[in-house]
Amino acid sequence: MWSLRRWRPRSILPGFGLTFGFSLFYLCIIVLIPLSAIFVKTAGLGWHDFIAVALSRRALLAYRLRFGAAALAAASNSIFGLLVAWVLVLYDFPGKRIVSALVDLPFALPTAVAGIALTALYAPTGWIGALLAPLGIKVAFEPLGVVVALTFIGLPFVVRTVEPVLADLGIDVEEAAASLGAGRWQTFMRVVLPAIVPALATGFALAFARGVGEFGSVIFIAGNLPFKSEIAPLLIVQQLEQYNYAGATAIAATMLFASFAVLLAINLLQAWDRRRMEA
Amino acid sequence: MSTHEPRWLRWLLVGVALAFLALNLALPLAAVFAGALAKGLAAFRSAIAEQDALAAMRLTLTVAAIAVPLNIVFGLAASWAVAKFDFPGKSIVITLIDLPLAVSPVVSGLIYVLLFGLQGWGGDWLRAHDIRIVFAVPGIVLATMFVTFPFVARELIPLMLEQGRTDEEAARSLGASGWQTFRRVTLPNIRWGLLYGVLLCNARAMGEFGAVSVVSGHIRGLTNTLPLHIEILYNEYNYVAAFAVASLLAGLALVTLVAKSLLEWRFGDQLAGAGH
Repeated sequence: MWSLRRWRPRSILPGFGLTFGFSLFYLCIIVLIPLSAIFVKTAGLGWHDFIAVALSRRALLAYRLRFGAAALAAASNSIFGLLVAWVLVLYDFPGKRIVSALVDLPFALPTAVAGIALTALYAPTGWIGALLAPLGIKVAFEPLGVVVALTFIGLPFVVRTVEPVLADLGIDVEEAAASLGAGRWQTFMRVVLPAIVPALATGFALAFARGVGEFGSVIFIAGNLPFKSEIAPLLIVQQLEQYNYAGATAIAATMLFASFAVLLAINLLQAWDRRRMEA
Repeated sequence: MSTHEPRWLRWLLVGVALAFLALNLALPLAAVFAGALAKGLAAFRSAIAEQDALAAMRLTLTVAAIAVPLNIVFGLAASWAVAKFDFPGKSIVITLIDLPLAVSPVVSGLIYVLLFGLQGWGGDWLRAHDIRIVFAVPGIVLATMFVTFPFVARELIPLMLEQGRTDEEAARSLGASGWQTFRRVTLPNIRWGLLYGVLLCNARAMGEFGAVSVVSGHIRGLTNTLPLHIEILYNEYNYVAAFAVASLLAGLALVTLVAKSLLEWRFGDQLAGAGH
């Protein structure tokens, strides 16, 4: 018998109204209303002014630095993250458990702490900076520093997304391929790689998204010179300090759109990944 | 598990992976502690015991003490609604929950400034009643809540989805009330996932920088959390003090990691979704 009120949760479990209502309320207060403030404010700005600020030369250069650095960092994390996941899942070595726990460090460490640590390391007087200086490679206060910081931040994403897939893949598939005469490299390229591509892509997207928005760990190591090594979030803060709310909002809205786009891409990628796993 | 690579290749791969991790993870961590102790133990202790540092510590703990429990309540409510019932728009709710993770921390802070700041929507009303939200503690709490509320929910939702409804339905059919079912059946099932989510939520709440930086106004001794205090110290070239305070947070991070690993190791099968 079809009930017209199909939206009613058919369950004998109580508490739907309470929990759903509270969740919605919380979401509205904390997320929806504040976020809508940005859009309303932007709308009140007028198209012309919006473009003038959001796409000003300074902003464009900041975006380019940020998106470029995030892409580079995410790419490097994809390669090494895959390696780390491979090693963690398939091999045994002393200290493996410690290493595995350490991979989550960027999640647990406050971004400001990471920021000053990385800056200290890569500054010309730092441990690594001093090594690189004679080679003419400057990291801190240069765009390269931003890439390094974003690599730190995004490291866990690829490792953690690829690990379960590798583990699931299991040795059987590899042994099956090997027994059929495939060489080592062939097995990797034809069997393993295609299976983990969705997870890799998801990890890359997550690392990229995180990198685009990151503030605390980057602000110390970036040079923050306008037009050269300024980062977009810092631009927002500066506009705020000058009480240019409209300007800050315009840039924020642009970054928000970018975030939404990436979030959508991530969700689509994860859906693709899930369909793959069920296949 | 054994695979077919020749031993030397295996060790090479392990070596490269470890080198990458050492460079990117271990070294920065070591740099924090080295910097903190650069001028000896006495300097370390005085940096931590200093007035503003203590005030920052108190503020950080207060903010976490408010934000984390509220987020726990939300996490429990949201995961109960999502996991035990079917309703249209479920995926929208889940996406909304994931939202703060995709938004830059600075933007997260900005939206509260827009809302409650002097030029914001509620600005006039608030000023008339002499309530300060932005550039004061409530604003910091709100911004922290925004940034950290997904953690508990994201941990619990897959876990509860995996566990299904049968346990709870059985309890109900035996006559348990809603609350009883929740307390006696659901909670024990999810307690390790809950603890895990709380750990992550707390670590993020105490360490949040970007959002709080925008909202707080940086008033020393009043609206400075620990991460902000670190920034001030660093910008004043007071490196040892900055690293000393930073090492406190780094220590907290390590404790979080250890607790996390222990949970995963002993109760791994009760935590849904491998790794984060």
